Amino acid sequence: MVEQVRKLLEKRVESVDELEKLRQSILGKRDTSRTCISVCGGTACRASGAEMVVDAFVDEIERRELQVQVELKETGCHGFCEKGPLVVIEPKKIFYQQVKPEDVAEIITETVLGGKAIERLLYVDPVTTEKITYEPDVPFYKKQTRTIFGANGEIDPTNIEDYIASGGYSALSKVLSQMSPDKIIDEVKKSGLRGRGGGGFPTGRKWQSCREAKADIKYVICNADEGDPGAYQDRSLLEGNPHSVLEGMIIGAYVIGSHLGYIYVRNEYPLAVKHARIAIEQAMDYGLLGENILGSGFNFTVTINKGGGAFVCGESSALMASLEGKIGEPKAKYVHMSEKGLWDSPSLLNNVKTWANVPLIINKGADWYSKIGTAGSKGTMIFSLVGNINNTGLVEVPMGITLREMIFDIGGGIPNGKKFKAVQTGGPSGGCIPEQFLDTPVDFDELTKLGSMMGSGGMIVMDEDTCMVDVAKYFVEFLKGESCGKCTPCREGINRMSEILNAITQGKGKPEDLGTLEDLAGILSAGALCALGQTAANPVMSTLKYFRDEYVAHIEQKKCPAGVCRELIQYSIDPEKCQGCLRCLRACPTGAITGEKREVHTLNQGLCIKCGACYDVCKFNAVIRQ
Amino acid sequence: MELTLDFPKVKAIVESYTEKVDSLIDSYAGNKEQLISLLQDIQAEFNYLPQDVLVKVSQKLDIPLSQVFSVVTFFRAFTLKPRGRHLVTVCLGTACHVKGGQRLVDKMERDYGIKPGETTEDMRFSLETVNCLGCCALGPVVVVDGKYESKMNTDKLDRVLRSYK
Repeated sequence: MVEQVRKLLEKRVESVDELEKLRQSILGKRDTSRTCISVCGGTACRASGAEMVVDAFVDEIERRELQVQVELKETGCHGFCEKGPLVVIEPKKIFYQQVKPEDVAEIITETVLGGKAIERLLYVDPVTTEKITYEPDVPFYKKQTRTIFGANGEIDPTNIEDYIASGGYSALSKVLSQMSPDKIIDEVKKSGLRGRGGGGFPTGRKWQSCREAKADIKYVICNADEGDPGAYQDRSLLEGNPHSVLEGMIIGAYVIGSHLGYIYVRNEYPLAVKHARIAIEQAMDYGLLGENILGSGFNFTVTINKGGGAFVCGESSALMASLEGKIGEPKAKYVHMSEKGLWDSPSLLNNVKTWANVPLIINKGADWYSKIGTAGSKGTMIFSLVGNINNTGLVEVPMGITLREMIFDIGGGIPNGKKFKAVQTGGPSGGCIPEQFLDTPVDFDELTKLGSMMGSGGMIVMDEDTCMVDVAKYFVEFLKGESCGKCTPCREGINRMSEILNAITQGKGKPEDLGTLEDLAGILSAGALCALGQTAANPVMSTLKYFRDEYVAHIEQKKCPAGVCRELIQYSIDPEKCQGCLRCLRACPTGAITGEKREVHTLNQGLCIKCGACYDVCKFNAVIRQ
Repeated sequence: MELTLDFPKVKAIVESYTEKVDSLIDSYAGNKEQLISLLQDIQAEFNYLPQDVLVKVSQKLDIPLSQVFSVVTFFRAFTLKPRGRHLVTVCLGTACHVKGGQRLVDKMERDYGIKPGETTEDMRFSLETVNCLGCCALGPVVVVDGKYESKMNTDKLDRVLRSYK
């Protein structure tokens, strides 16, 4: 009896067959006719109040005693962050956006019990002004191919059984029972998978060199130090589907013969840390991590390390130095981390998205996988589409889609009727791509040809009000702060670039500055130790290449055409539009604005410090910035 | 560079937490490579990294104090100065930048007299910037004591900060 109870309580899965049985029993217990309310619990939706919506649902379901008929789930990020908090009612996938706690009772009455959609909460297509009822019909989702990100909206990331029910850990079963490490490497190679962290190095080759490296101890590392500003897909994946990342890591560990793995994650991502931690604990309980995984004799555990907020630690050798408890300085690249990495042991480091792709390739096969994408870049990529764009969010698309499709069809174009100016890809190592290249297919090689790069998938859209010199300055300032200081070209070169760009944006630029910037760029790319320095000039070079006239305007006419650079602009009040509401007058910190109620205000240029407070508060667009 | 401010008051706080520090250090079981995680836990406890605690970490983990110090000053997550009662973090990721994040930092300097990394004299606010919080849809984002404030501008920032005393 005691033995039986112990076994019942024991969740541990001892073999591949038992895992399959467990999956069937979870599925068997599920009532598919049951309505499921899934609330997006990603960081952005939480910041918009998703947790209060969840609490309201819990109360309402209890109050009406609907626990049996209705299932409530807080899932990972659905991607459409612009419209959060998002609520999807399964099985029909009725899609509600910007839901508030006070909408909850009505959702239960009307939609869950009554089967009717609530007009007010539906998404309105800004182009057709049509109301859209079901999630898959929303244009933002329609053109996407959500192979690794799709489960995010369907599973509860804190419940391993949800992942198992959706077919989770079946790739692990398959490799442990049917595939030799060499066969797995072949499959990964054949799939054409390239590293999703930015470099685009062929994953299969990396795995092979790490497998061939002779050592007793080897490590597997998941790089979740997503440092590119404007990119947050790694975080969302780790938050929303941590087991898919873990499963990939376990397979990688099995291939190279490693028993210890690390997830190196940014400290700024508390929810990702929490969910990854829960996932590891649950995988341990179920025998999918730990000793003798699925009865195969293979042992592997994973621990989490939180980063210290240094951008350079996204670079593999700097990341490993940081894992060793040291400062994050990169090493020269003639030593390969896959042969001599963490504590000088062979270390297999891949990005979060790369790991999440692995179970998919194993399950569906390299042939299926390599059909998606372009000749040189296979599979899908998750981009974060942000900046001056209508539909901000995370999108997963097949490689090879054009920038235009992404920005205008999925992203819904530029808000407030403004004109598109450029899209910045690849983070601080990437560049700005202007309008004439919008029909370029997006893949590793095409973006590099344009002087930008794929990077980890950040895509920042900029409208006509963005100053490209300011953007270049922004990235250079960013890199100046993040350069570790080890090698001279990076430490000094970026500093000089920053001085020049600051001078230009302050109206103190000289005509010869542009040549100096180009010289410095050459030195950086040839002489810097790691990718941070080698690519540091990309934002400057690409803007110089495509928006040279803006630099010239700053230097020669001492003007900022976009009206951004503080020293080169003026604020004034449009007497036609000013309603005399006193708002700007009250907001002005220096008393530069004078006037009476219901009379046109005036701005004294001598007192104005160009802080923009008046511009922020004006409700009538009466403050002019030029 | 001075290692840290050594207020008697701070010292008293640290002493009262000796047990806590010991248990935090012990929770990593002398694992040297967990230095960064340990320092993060300590900072979460004290709001900053007090000198005495760093000395203790160095001794207990048998890591040279110089190395502990180099790690603390390398990573931007760490601070050697006591932070104020409320931590204001302005996101300066690219999306927040193009939507005017820098103006919020300028405002903090103008109206509250603090630059990033500094604390107001009355210890009410400390200001930090962050490279990206990944809430780009909500930009410009400001986080006050862990609470995300979205679509900020200089006017809204005032209204938000008013409720933090």
